[in-house]
Amino acid sequence: MAFLEILNGAFVAAGYRVDLLVQVVGKLGHLPRRRGLVADQFYVGGIKVLHVVLLVGFSIGMVVSLQTGLELSRIGQQDQIGTLVALSMAREMGPFITSTILAAAVGSALAAELGTMAVSEELAALEVLSIDRVSYLVLPRVVALAILCPMLTILCDTVGIIGGGFVARSQLGVGLALYYDTVIDSLQTPSKLFSLPKDVYAGLFKSFVFGIVIAIISCSAGILARGGALGVGNATRSAVRDSIILVIILNYFMTWYFYQQ
Amino acid sequence: MKDGGGQSIIRFEEVSKAFGPKVVLRGMSLEVKRGETLAIMGPSGIGKSVTLRHAVGLVQPDSGRVIVDDHDLSTISREDLRELRKRMGYLFQEGALINWLSVGENVALPLRENTDLADEVIREKVEEKLALVQLRGTYDLMPPELSGGMRKRVGLARALVTDPEIVFYDEPNTGLDPEISMSINHLIRDLAERLQITSIVVTHLVSCILVVADRVVLVDQGRVFAEGTPDEFIRSQDERVVRFLAKPYD
Ligand SMILES: Nc1ncnc2c1ncn2[C@@H]1O[C@H](COP(=O)(O)OP(=O)(O)OP(=O)(O)O)[C@@H](O)[C@H]1O
Ligand SMILES: [Mg+2]
Repeated sequence: MAFLEILNGAFVAAGYRVDLLVQVVGKLGHLPRRRGLVADQFYVGGIKVLHVVLLVGFSIGMVVSLQTGLELSRIGQQDQIGTLVALSMAREMGPFITSTILAAAVGSALAAELGTMAVSEELAALEVLSIDRVSYLVLPRVVALAILCPMLTILCDTVGIIGGGFVARSQLGVGLALYYDTVIDSLQTPSKLFSLPKDVYAGLFKSFVFGIVIAIISCSAGILARGGALGVGNATRSAVRDSIILVIILNYFMTWYFYQQ
Repeated sequence: MKDGGGQSIIRFEEVSKAFGPKVVLRGMSLEVKRGETLAIMGPSGIGKSVTLRHAVGLVQPDSGRVIVDDHDLSTISREDLRELRKRMGYLFQEGALINWLSVGENVALPLRENTDLADEVIREKVEEKLALVQLRGTYDLMPPELSGGMRKRVGLARALVTDPEIVFYDEPNTGLDPEISMSINHLIRDLAERLQITSIVVTHLVSCILVVADRVVLVDQGRVFAEGTPDEFIRSQDERVVRFLAKPYD
């Protein structure tokens, strides 16, 4: 029975999230009126995670460069390290690292904030005041994260590539000029309109989706919070857990979609 | 008991409500006429706040009906409910101020969101309501900086800023010193008389019902067990009423 209840709870939660997303899409027309709130959320969220994204992105770039670089140098191909670092940052590492950090730092804060509103009757107050909580609370947060996540991903990719470059020079003996040539080469397809390859677009599209997922899951966890401070704690925990799980699952399916033959 | 005349604007018909295994309301029936102020008294945790929440459609009854202005709140459309709520004011027990908005922004919120009034007009109305609850000069304070009683009064200013026809007050006096408490009582009375506001006041203070109420209901075990004018209550010989009024609350 307990298992069925948990299963039922999971379906209810999933249904609520989908419903919330549909409502947000339906209220995109309110955006001009909500631009101030979007900007607030964007800055608050951005400031919270910027330094973490830079630090982690840089370190991941170094790790990727070192790990694959050592293998490449064994077969004498270390000159290609720039290509590998650039592509793995743009395709996988950048979007994934950025969204994990966003889920942990910003998603948890969103869930705690809305959860506190739920348990202190602030959401009820909005409802009695005939203020639409989707338009007033959820929409600005979803839009802010949908913009913030790809922008931070670009930063993460960039510092990762820089970090990889340091390692390439100090550990693998690949000159910086060569490194950056291979990076630029791999990130350009001259025939295309904006001369950026699919890898960059796919990565940024993933980030865009992840930003929305994190915001929707965190907002719905907060709104559904019940039972005082304990309830807010539970909402925060499940928001982070569920966002990261869903990011990983969706990441697989989007990768499969973009790179299937 | 003031009866004849006015038509009823709020009516609870045998409303029952349980949260999980916990039964809160058991066939609660009550009626408020247009322009009347009804006070609800009862022990702590008995479901007074839950009753008020039913009256604005925040909670739906398990059985029974809540009728407000000829709308059954369990079948009313979303749009009608929104419009109905725009004519209502609700003072939450803990104030329920939006934490990241200043006092002034909190009070201005319903006007900002639901009207096209110019900023200066809104500002003026907000200052006026803040003065009404004796909170001049608090416009820029943030909710965490306020005492419980101040928060309560900001909540009251917000509930009144749209000049509602129906107002629900959940314990308007808690956390206030006797002097301010009395002035809030007179404010509620004054609004009812001057603007013909219909209201339900949840309170446990006899001093409050004597000033504000046209009629009082006592609630226990999830339903109304006694009803009358404030005068009838303090003169009542009914043992349960006497016991009830003599009980110290909170
Ligand atoms: N959403 C809810 N979920 C579960 N239980 C609830 C909910 N709302 C209220 N209750 C329970 O219903 C009962 C009545 O609550 P209510 O807040 O109406 O009491 P009250 O009469 O207003 O008390 P007080 O005078 O202390 O404010 C309480 O036991 C409370 O725990
Ligand atoms: Mg109460």
